[in-house]
Amino acid sequence: MIKAILERARQGHRTLAWPDGPPPALPERFRGLPQVDTARCPEGCRVCADVCPTRAITIEESAGVQIDLGACLFCPECSEACPEGAITYTSDYRLASRTREGLVVGEPPLALATALDERLRRLFGRSLKLRVVSAGGCNGCESDVNVLQTVVWDLGRFGIQIVASPRHADGLILTGPVTENMRLALEKTYAAVPAPKIVIAVGACAISGGPFRDSPEQHGGAASTVPVDLYIPGCPPHPLTILDGLLRLLGKLEAEGRVQESG
Amino acid sequence: MSEVFASTRNGVALPLAHLPRTALAELRRAVVDRVAAGRRLAALFAALDGPGAGVFLYAVLADDPEGRLEVARCRLPGDAYPSFTPDCPQAHAFEREIAEQLGVRPEGHPWLKPLRFRRSWRPGHDAWGRTDEHPLPGVADFFRVEGDEVHEVAVGPVHAGVIEPGHFRFQCHGEQVFHLEIALGYQHRAIEEALLGGPHRATLAQMETLAGDTTAGHTIAYCQALEALARVTPPSRGQWLRGVALELERLANHTGDLGALAGDVGYLPTQSFCGRIRGDFLNLTAALCGSRFGRGLIRPGGTGFDLSPTQAEALGRRLDAATEDLRRAVELLWTTSSVVARFENTGRVSAQDCRELGFVGPAARACGVALDVRTDHPAGVYQFAQVPVTTAHGGDVNARAVVRWLEAQRSALFVREQLAGLPGGPVRAPLGPRAADRLVVSLVEGWRGEICHVAVTDAAGRFARYKVIDPSFHNWFALALALRGEPISDFPLCNKSFNLSYCGHDL
Repeated sequence: MIKAILERARQGHRTLAWPDGPPPALPERFRGLPQVDTARCPEGCRVCADVCPTRAITIEESAGVQIDLGACLFCPECSEACPEGAITYTSDYRLASRTREGLVVGEPPLALATALDERLRRLFGRSLKLRVVSAGGCNGCESDVNVLQTVVWDLGRFGIQIVASPRHADGLILTGPVTENMRLALEKTYAAVPAPKIVIAVGACAISGGPFRDSPEQHGGAASTVPVDLYIPGCPPHPLTILDGLLRLLGKLEAEGRVQESG
Repeated sequence: MSEVFASTRNGVALPLAHLPRTALAELRRAVVDRVAAGRRLAALFAALDGPGAGVFLYAVLADDPEGRLEVARCRLPGDAYPSFTPDCPQAHAFEREIAEQLGVRPEGHPWLKPLRFRRSWRPGHDAWGRTDEHPLPGVADFFRVEGDEVHEVAVGPVHAGVIEPGHFRFQCHGEQVFHLEIALGYQHRAIEEALLGGPHRATLAQMETLAGDTTAGHTIAYCQALEALARVTPPSRGQWLRGVALELERLANHTGDLGALAGDVGYLPTQSFCGRIRGDFLNLTAALCGSRFGRGLIRPGGTGFDLSPTQAEALGRRLDAATEDLRRAVELLWTTSSVVARFENTGRVSAQDCRELGFVGPAARACGVALDVRTDHPAGVYQFAQVPVTTAHGGDVNARAVVRWLEAQRSALFVREQLAGLPGGPVRAPLGPRAADRLVVSLVEGWRGEICHVAVTDAAGRFARYKVIDPSFHNWFALALALRGEPISDFPLCNKSFNLSYCGHDL
């Protein structure tokens, strides 16, 4: 027992200061919000769109280069392939949006998640219980949702808790492209959550089908089966991206102030 | 008897023309005899021989002490054949898969039911004579125990925790489990079908997310196969960095498992510490490539990222700090009698069952079965730098925990050494076209055990068949055996002691 206590003292307090303090240092090579410098795009060049494994990049005369963050795997393929170095990944980890269209970036930029309406915020703002359903997820998104329960992220301090039963939940976190074999279970789990309820789609698969979007055994993400309130892109999203999305949804981060910080 | 097998090694492509022509009866006898004599069935799968032209059966045997692989194939005479399983239990899941994918029925299989609940690849050919409607997952006969006070407990597919879906059916007498049957398939994404005619533009991304906690393992296996087909050896520096990535993956996952095992017996200090330390190891991988799960790191021909000397040194320093924290966190387990008492003699798997059923990885090594691809079939950096094989005895939760802890230490040491001795030069070589009509077996020791990929190319060098075997494919049955005679309340602990992949199994 004494050993455990001494070790507890040695391992120390590890919970992040964020959001009251600065966010944790992200790795130098972290790939956050992508940025396209369209001024550098050669006439008629489609290299990035052609190498993208999920066809997340579209190039059109009217809209220019657009990246669908809902399908983007944040892989290095496009930025490596671009002959002009026009695509770069910034270190901006804030990626969540309330709408599917809001995730398509270029012109206009990302529509960062806004808070739930007043009624739902009153209900969930200080106590949000979520059940996680993996419907074809690869255990990447699942792992980084799980991490939020460790002492480092300490999800509980925001009143957010992952629960075992949908009956105890206020909503679902959904990962995976919604496989045919999980569709019924997802519908039943959603039905078992008492109303009002919310759904949060985490990761490229749950938003668009991700790397598996062409598979006939999946349905292209959560919205195929249940209404979605928050989309958190990534493959998988960094825990900081997930937590940022959850806190924005609950109105615990000042959206305007932080949006203007990016540069 | 004429020769049935062609001999090859891990990551060496073999012309299909070198495979002896053989009949099914000969192939079956040879597989049964050799497995009885100590070979291991690394793969058994079927492939369509061109559209509408019948089905080929492929078998890959591993001669682990000699580091050799034996490959055979034959044409299946029709939509049924005599099952291998009654004489070679290692074939049980492979044959269920063959029946489901190709609609070929292994007659005499003792428990022939769907593995993943999907349609046959050949419309009109179904092993169970079902119509073309999509089967409902989990809807099948389950093994049942009858009698007074015997009851059945059904759990899943949505079960407690942040976890992938699976269905568990227990036959219990009071608290005691007589039998557990595991039904999977809920995660099925049809990956092997998507690989036909590949590689496609999404293939590499699918390999990275095939089992997302084993990105390095599966992607290295895939790249090794491509490199063998293109006759390219990646530069040493790239191979060293792959080794670093694979061992960091092992370290992170073993750390997470040790923490979760502590949590499942209610010992919170180690659970809390390991939850955090696992993240430290994931962040080392992120320092390498920007992604905590190693996405973007392993690329055909080598790696997508390099390390500067300063970065390598910083990585080593952070590794040392995290490893020291891990040592102190895990040692609390072995000095806490209430933990050891819960681990010991729980969820036993015998060495005999392990050998007969072909279990792999830490689950096998915990039974004293010294199997490790890094030693038995070394490729890449493991040809030059060895990691000692870690075994334990008893095959219980404690042995599986001890194996993980010893392996984690050896992985840390290995990463430290490779970072200090990174060879110079580039990290990646360009890949030319893939050779036509070849077969290559690519093995990697992932953190759960042997990852086996088999690529067969057509006349244009594209994938005529690409078979993926995650270690979980072999080991789910070990969990079912481990539960026999145990109280049902020990299921979470036993399950965590294997920590198998659902999506890696379901593909």
